[in-house]
Amino acid sequence: MIEIKGLTKKYGSFVALNHFELSIGEGSVCGFVGANGAGKSTIFSILATLLSPTEGDATIHGKSVTKNPAEVRKLIGYMPDFFGVYDQLKADEYLDFYGASYGIPSEKRKVLIPELLELVNLTEKRSEYVDLLSRGMKQRLCLARALIHDPKVLILDEPASGLDPRARIEMRDILKHLKSMGKTILISSHILPELSEMCDEIVVIDRGNLIAHGHVETIQAQLQGDKRIKVKVINQLATARTFFEEDPFISGIELNEEKKEIIFTYRGTDEQQVELLRKALLSNIPIYSLTVDEKDLEDVFMAITKGAEG
Amino acid sequence: MNRFSNPVLLKELKLRFRAFKSFSGLMFYLILLFIFVGGFLSVYTQFTGTGFFRPSESFIMFAVISVLQMALVMFITPGLTAGAISSEREKQTLNILLTTTQSSTQIIIGKLLSSIAFLILLLIAGLPLYSIVFLFGGVSPAQLITIFLSYLLTVVAIGSIGIMFSTITKKTIVSMIATYGAMIFLGAVTAFFFFVGYSLDRMPGGMPTMPIGAANPSSPITYFWVCINPGALMLTILYPPLANELSDLTGMTIPNWIVYVIFYSLITVVCLWIAIRKLRANMKNNR
Repeated sequence: MIEIKGLTKKYGSFVALNHFELSIGEGSVCGFVGANGAGKSTIFSILATLLSPTEGDATIHGKSVTKNPAEVRKLIGYMPDFFGVYDQLKADEYLDFYGASYGIPSEKRKVLIPELLELVNLTEKRSEYVDLLSRGMKQRLCLARALIHDPKVLILDEPASGLDPRARIEMRDILKHLKSMGKTILISSHILPELSEMCDEIVVIDRGNLIAHGHVETIQAQLQGDKRIKVKVINQLATARTFFEEDPFISGIELNEEKKEIIFTYRGTDEQQVELLRKALLSNIPIYSLTVDEKDLEDVFMAITKGAEG
Repeated sequence: MNRFSNPVLLKELKLRFRAFKSFSGLMFYLILLFIFVGGFLSVYTQFTGTGFFRPSESFIMFAVISVLQMALVMFITPGLTAGAISSEREKQTLNILLTTTQSSTQIIIGKLLSSIAFLILLLIAGLPLYSIVFLFGGVSPAQLITIFLSYLLTVVAIGSIGIMFSTITKKTIVSMIATYGAMIFLGAVTAFFFFVGYSLDRMPGGMPTMPIGAANPSSPITYFWVCINPGALMLTILYPPLANELSDLTGMTIPNWIVYVIFYSLITVVCLWIAIRKLRANMKNNR
């Protein structure tokens, strides 16, 4: 359980976080969405005990990040957005060092390290020097490092940034596996479709303010109220237009005569949409295709942050 | 966690002794010492014309090597310690290290000890060259031990200064300059201050409290400058009557090595304390 209460971080006159309030349940995968400089990394740094808030506090499983950082560090595994590795250190030695840093006994580390390397698909690279690994491998190794002390909470700041599509998919699969293990995961990413696929809940941040928080579907559904519908007809485009113009839930009708399609914004419910389609067919409008332009997380983000700007 | 285990120390030792530059550094250090000792021996044996090397000359060689080694150690220590924390920051490995359960004290001490370990290796590796002196006599083992202890204290103190600057500055280059600055202050500026103070104390109007007929003592400050100078300490260890002369000259009875030990211990404690406090500078609770 993570509780963030009135978290504020100021750098001089610049407010990076503004009275941020948030509660994240145990075992939840929570995606943080926001533009660069929105405050995601600031929140993560505070939760990772790297930064003190100007005001407010946060607790992880009841331990305060400001009053009891040493206890919080036992509970969290942190992966920063940018990180380096040590030269002249092999992959298994890298994990061994961090295992020792968390006070894990040597015998236990010997068992744990091969398991973690297997989890992140790096078993074959165990004797390779870390600085010679590819970016994707380093990211996975860093994730294994964050898991070495079996933390309850994982704080992953842009874990997929800079990765090629294959490495990104590999990372996503590992995160899904961790989710199945019941870890609470806080993750920020610019690749929003990935977040919507794996996250239980989404937090949208803009300029240090909490803009929206809820389940992915809930937030998406809120925006689906303004869904765009594309109807294709074989002919009778003008008749179809007249029919749709009469519907009170339809606005912003656009006609594409070349493609014989009508695009409009629909504010009705799903049931009302079914009724609309039934009426259209009864009116002998030759509809052969109706598609709803589903809003994905990127649209959600753009819509919400646009609203915040206004 | 084992109370005495220090993962940072073990990792640093591993990395340091795995790096080629450590071995090349050690090699050049020994070559430098060898050139000096060999040159000294060849020059002195040629001067005698008989190939003999007198114990008194052996002592001169020992004295010069000791001062040279102190200078080398003082020169190398900032290079080994001034990047300890700032290089972690530059490599972006520090944040990860700070989120582990290691305390700030463990991290700082680990960094310091790993640097000192390498310097001790340098000193020990130079011992065979040192021991040539014993072939000719003129130097007591006690002197050798005292000199090594003084090296150790100096290395720890300058190392602590380096670690402190490395923690409080963001860039290694700045930390390096600051640490070399401190080293130059301790090694050269203190000597300069001593000579200036000594001269000023002997000018008309200096030391007005000086009793009539007394042997021109200098001010305590002047004595302090000479006490904290590593070169002066070396000379007084090598030639103990010099310490008495210094004491007579300044009218101070407290032995210079005691002032040196107190001052350098104090530097060590203060610098390490600052480094530990500032390691997690962004956290109010910096444990």
